[in-house]
Amino acid sequence: MPIEIEVNGKRYPVSYPPDTPLLYVLRDELQLSGTKYGCGEGQCGACTVLIAGAPRRSCQIPVSAAAGKSVTTIEGLEKDGRLHPVQQAFLDAGAFQCAYCTSGMIMSSVGLLRTNANPNQAEVVQFLQGNVCRCGTHPRIIEAVRSAAKMLQEHGR
Amino acid sequence: MSGATEKLILEPERYEFRAAPMHQFELARRDFFKILGAGIAVFAIAKNTLSAQETAPGHRSFHNEELPKDISAWLHVGEDGTVTGFTGKAEIGQNIRTALAQTVADELRVPFESVRMVMADTALTPFDAGTFGSRTTPTMTPQLRRVASAARNLLIEAAAKEWNVAPAGLVAADAKVTDPASGRSLKYAELARGKMLAQNLPAEDPITPAAQWTIAGKPIPKVDGRSFVTGHHQYTTDISLSGMLYGKVLRPPSFGATLISCDDGAAKAMKTVVVVRDGDFVGVAAPSAHEAQRALDAIHAQWKEAPQISNKEIFSYLKQNAAAKTEDRFRKQKGSVEEGLAGAAHRLDATYNVAYIAHAPLEPRAAVAQWADGKLTVWTGTQRPFANRDELADVFHLPESSVRVIVPDTGSAYGGKHTSDAAIEAARLARAAGRPVKVAWTREEEFTWAYFRPAGVIEIKSGIAGDGTLTAWEFHNYHSGSSGIETPYVVANQRTEYHAVPLILRSGSYRGLAATANHFARETHMDALAIAAKMDPLDFRMKNLSNPRMHAVLEAAAKSFGWPRKKTHEGQGFGVACGDEKGSYVATCAEVAVDKKAGAVRVVRLVEAFECGAIVNPDGLRNQVIGAMIQGLGGALFEAIEFENGRITNAHFASYRVPRFRDVPEIEAILLDRKDLPSTGAGETPIMAVAPAIGNAIFDAIGVRLNNLPMVPNGLRSAQD
Repeated sequence: MPIEIEVNGKRYPVSYPPDTPLLYVLRDELQLSGTKYGCGEGQCGACTVLIAGAPRRSCQIPVSAAAGKSVTTIEGLEKDGRLHPVQQAFLDAGAFQCAYCTSGMIMSSVGLLRTNANPNQAEVVQFLQGNVCRCGTHPRIIEAVRSAAKMLQEHGR
Repeated sequence: MSGATEKLILEPERYEFRAAPMHQFELARRDFFKILGAGIAVFAIAKNTLSAQETAPGHRSFHNEELPKDISAWLHVGEDGTVTGFTGKAEIGQNIRTALAQTVADELRVPFESVRMVMADTALTPFDAGTFGSRTTPTMTPQLRRVASAARNLLIEAAAKEWNVAPAGLVAADAKVTDPASGRSLKYAELARGKMLAQNLPAEDPITPAAQWTIAGKPIPKVDGRSFVTGHHQYTTDISLSGMLYGKVLRPPSFGATLISCDDGAAKAMKTVVVVRDGDFVGVAAPSAHEAQRALDAIHAQWKEAPQISNKEIFSYLKQNAAAKTEDRFRKQKGSVEEGLAGAAHRLDATYNVAYIAHAPLEPRAAVAQWADGKLTVWTGTQRPFANRDELADVFHLPESSVRVIVPDTGSAYGGKHTSDAAIEAARLARAAGRPVKVAWTREEEFTWAYFRPAGVIEIKSGIAGDGTLTAWEFHNYHSGSSGIETPYVVANQRTEYHAVPLILRSGSYRGLAATANHFARETHMDALAIAAKMDPLDFRMKNLSNPRMHAVLEAAAKSFGWPRKKTHEGQGFGVACGDEKGSYVATCAEVAVDKKAGAVRVVRLVEAFECGAIVNPDGLRNQVIGAMIQGLGGALFEAIEFENGRITNAHFASYRVPRFRDVPEIEAILLDRKDLPSTGAGETPIMAVAPAIGNAIFDAIGVRLNNLPMVPNGLRSAQD
């Protein structure tokens, strides 16, 4: 039986071997290249996706382990042409430079806000410790996450 | 790969050499309009400033270009009013795409949204030596302004002809030309319609002074920001072509290793796999990355290795292996250091060591190569698209006109993406496969086979008079480079030398080059001299500086920081440092908290004042300045490449520590906008004073002087050992 995975609400058959990290299936087989390779070792967070709502490093998850669970990638956040509040907050804060880390930062932050609707600065810092931004945009990223929390609380989602 | 580099001497500031080959200019108008459609176009011929600054030595002349090569920038106004600006500069996260579009819109008097920039494509954009050296703003913005100004004049002349009036009274604004006398107006789009008007740029076109800018100078957000937060932007690593294969390259076990034997039979037996052996190059391409990896794993190679030195011996090695004679251009002398030292009230000798560090751009080196009809197209994240093209042409024995290099907006570089390694690898594999190939380096490859900011040893001898006036200054840099080597302080007697040493590890450009090392040594030393003179470190600097721009940044940083501050608890310390480089000025104040028992150093606060003339985009600039401060904090405290016998032993984010959220202090950037001064670059200088400010704050906290970068790779105790 070939593996099937559900990504952004759509089901896909997977032809890659079951031990292939989810990252490569997303990027190369499903052509969802918004999820980035940064280190392949779970050390930089660029490949973060949500699996069953929780942020996970897709370079460390064999695709077989994602079968039967719902996977959300950066491409799945936008709804009806409207950005997710975390995306909007990153855009508003200009919280990126080269933006290569941005997908992972946004997915981690969405995961954080699902379990902690109103994180203080220290909690954001703690949660994003595993996400690397080499351009040094950290202060704006923290600002964006906190303003996204406000947006989510005000408008609900 | 590195075998060839071993005997090379580092060329530390390649882009500062002067060479300006001039070319014959023949305007192939038809070609331009064929590409872009009818309209109005203006071309700027590279003269003096641009070519002199940005044309590296050894560049071949460019005979086979589709477009004339001595055009440095050009601009097209289309029949629908769309404005397209062309430049060979690359967007690598410094947000220059936005700043250049603002510049064009501002000078042409059109809305920002109507301008699009075509960048870093060797087939479409004018020749450019590369995006480095903080050169884009000081050279490309005025160049594009001159081009836009000339286009505006063309449009005015076209309207004047239409109305049969003198052009002098007409006004260009809001993408139209208006005749105030009659009140009539024509949109640029209407004026461009059906025309094929082209003009070379007159040399002295007046451009709009910064005080009158309306679109430049504003904090306009990053162009296409939405495509980045949605994951839709395609970096090189994201490109996927029809039939494309994934390539991987067999790496030697150590630098300089040569191939003795290679058994690739098992890999060749794999149906879908292409194996290439060409000299010491061994690579594979397959329809998926995991198949390529399996094929690579099936190749068994034997290598001949040579023993090499390790990071433990590097500093003594650099001192012992310096060239016997310093080149004249790397030696400056004034007065007599010996006399200055003899008359000094206090003298100080000190040595400073600076480790190799890696750029570690989050998007590793990558390229996608495609051959068609003997022509090669390569998409790659590089700061030097034209140099990459030349290298590809060389390697594959092609005329330059048969190679096209396109740079998608790239996942950062920091001076680390000058070379064409991934491009050559992808192209070699693609040629063998007869299909497009993508090569994307792993993090380990990026840490190992890219290149590093060179290590260095710096020695300073100095003397001051009883009142704190500098009397002597002798400064020697071994290997790390000559950028920022000259002291900004007034000293009657000084000697400054850069000593070349043959390369140990593959080394090259890095944000700020050696300016960070040289400023660390100088500003740490200045702090120690201030202590010796029993003066406040800020007052001591002010006393020995004469440049008002330097005074201004120091004053601004000190004011915001609250210098001088009283300590309120044990382990607290404050430090200051400053410098100027590439025409911009920086001063940084740091507060640290040192836990002596635990050996822990925490940077609590950084305040930096930065001045780069007239600011083109304060929002992008703030990102660059704060980004440089955070990046600088990594090299200051803990970043260091470890190596032994030609192997990098910490080629992972788990063992090579980069700044993360917890390391980031409270940060403030004060941007001084000098509308009366030309805009200078901002990519590099803001990194320079961070390390010495932190080191001086550590000394202030606990009385321990740290003279090596990184200062506390394994906590304070390791640094003191």
